[in-house]
Amino acid sequence: MPALLEARRVRKVFHGGGAFGGAATQTVAVDDFSMSVCAETPSFVTVAGESGSGKTTIARLLLGLAPPTSGQVLYQGRDVHTLKGDGLRAYRKDVQAIFQDPFEVYNPFYKVDHILTTPIRKFKLADSKEHARDLIVEALETVGLRPDETLGRYPHQLSGGQRQRITIARALLLKPRLIIADEPVSMVDASLRATILESLHGLFSKFGISFIYITHDLTTAYQVTDSLVILYHGFVAEAGPVEELIKQPQHPYTRQLISSIPVTEPGRGWLDEKVAQNEAEASAATDSELGCRYAGRCVDVMPRCRSTMPALYQTDSRRACACFLHEESGVALPQGEDLTRLFTTPTTPA
Amino acid sequence: MTAPSMRRALLETRGLEIQFDTRRGIARAVNELDLTLYEGERFGLVGESGSGKTTTLLGLLRLIEEPGRIAAGEILLDGVDLLKLSDEAMRRVRLSRIAMVPQGAMNSLNPVIRIGDQMRLTILEHERDVKRDEADDRIRELLEMVGLLPTVARLYPHELSGGMKQRVCIATAICLGPQLILADEPTSALDVVVQRQIMQTLRSLQERIKATVLLVGHDMGLMAQFVERIGIMYGGKLVEVGTVEEIFRNPRHPYTQLLISSIPSFETRGTFKSIPGAGLSLLNPPGGCLFHPRCPDVMDECATRAPTLVQLQEDSHRAACLLYEEGNHAGTT
Repeated sequence: MPALLEARRVRKVFHGGGAFGGAATQTVAVDDFSMSVCAETPSFVTVAGESGSGKTTIARLLLGLAPPTSGQVLYQGRDVHTLKGDGLRAYRKDVQAIFQDPFEVYNPFYKVDHILTTPIRKFKLADSKEHARDLIVEALETVGLRPDETLGRYPHQLSGGQRQRITIARALLLKPRLIIADEPVSMVDASLRATILESLHGLFSKFGISFIYITHDLTTAYQVTDSLVILYHGFVAEAGPVEELIKQPQHPYTRQLISSIPVTEPGRGWLDEKVAQNEAEASAATDSELGCRYAGRCVDVMPRCRSTMPALYQTDSRRACACFLHEESGVALPQGEDLTRLFTTPTTPA
Repeated sequence: MTAPSMRRALLETRGLEIQFDTRRGIARAVNELDLTLYEGERFGLVGESGSGKTTTLLGLLRLIEEPGRIAAGEILLDGVDLLKLSDEAMRRVRLSRIAMVPQGAMNSLNPVIRIGDQMRLTILEHERDVKRDEADDRIRELLEMVGLLPTVARLYPHELSGGMKQRVCIATAICLGPQLILADEPTSALDVVVQRQIMQTLRSLQERIKATVLLVGHDMGLMAQFVERIGIMYGGKLVEVGTVEEIFRNPRHPYTQLLISSIPSFETRGTFKSIPGAGLSLLNPPGGCLFHPRCPDVMDECATRAPTLVQLQEDSHRAACLLYEEGNHAGTT
């Protein structure tokens, strides 16, 4: 049984420069990345990383919005860039997106109803106007919106939180099997974040819709996700079940990331503790194709880290970490190994 | 910590009122705001979007644009009302006495001018008799103060990372040694590791030049770690003020209590606490307390009587809620 959606050893390189006499540059946004979403058991996976880590590129590759430089994105075993007709229609229906900016997804000239009626029309979801209306009302109520307060309005008449929930309702209309949400709460007020996250998590737990949640914010990810993939400059630093990964991070980068989050308890020395990283060195180090990309910022750096890229070592049945510190305690996974299989299968590997 | 009453006030707003005239009526974005910032302190102003925190910052710089206007009140800097200054005198106050670190560092630098040239232009704009060499020496020193190499002066903005650009903005903000640094979510576009480095840099500079920092944002974690006192805004009003310890350990206003309990943490999973009810409409605000339609502790009189900031038992802790006004002892401990 093929996976519902699978990224198989995808690599995405962006070419830059070259204009105005500048030197052409290559940016490897995603390097040899594999993940999959099981067709039978729903899963909630978070891909987390800072800006420039490649997380949005992964979302775009999975959504078929950008072709990979090498590797494949497969929907039910078929390359999404070769899909046509019914196959493409099924992919577009099964895999839905929620984007970061609840302002930009709307056309300001149309009432918000437009983004709800369009998918109904395109995918022929309803056989009558009344049926369409019922579907919309149901979807809005599922995400906690009152239809009489939202329908018939223009985007600017609604709050950011309401707009974002309408985009979730739109995704929901199509009864998708997978929702890829790229920073869905980063532009929403803190007081509303919980509501949006709760809506998303409800779709997973009540309707069995799988999620790939893309974020830079580990605290919101922790609230909703089962498993976590930490990206750093296009490579996977660490992956595993969220509870263990957050409580016992293995990669020096993950440790640094977690300890840098300002906690809401005053007097924790966040301002005084020295951050053991050099930004200037880091930006120089990351340009190198050789070695671990985190070496320039790493507090535990060893000479070989600067010349050799570590493999992803499986450190226990459900965790993996790309760091030489775990070379001896772990087993090197083959290059481009599908990580999600590692932690979405709770049983021991066959 | 020095008791705030012992400190000298650097900036005070009294009854500051900033309004936006729209076709659908007047929106009171900042509503009778009384805010005191003491010399050398780090103060945080928190609130959801539309609460008036950024408008307050722009108001302090007198940079409110049409259709907005400062309708009433005073902004006293060292006892001098900025609202009474001429435009030219106010222009000189900006940067030399009140400087701003903007939200998106990437968008506030000119992409076609080298970093050093931009900084020199800024200095010369305010201090016309400074010689080029002197300015360049100062730029070198400023860059070092924010942890950048002097060679950064020769680079263009696109050659810098987001964190380095934000450092340049901080260096520019302090180039004339301001008494007050306004920072509007200066690290919202940066990752947490860089955020921490930038905030540490800002803190060490602030202590070195003995400036006051007013940090605006909605990241409660950042506030808890960076500032000494916090003001919570709702609908253009200050609803609670206190030290970080008072606000986080013993929040008194129901809005603050909900705000703090809605912060996600690594302690609990799968619990989603949010503030009930819809956000406030400034064009059609409710009567009485602005928060009463969403308040879990609402009382009958909340719909008719607007609370004022009252002193709680603690020295510096104040909240604007009828629970704490005379005759209502329900909320006091």
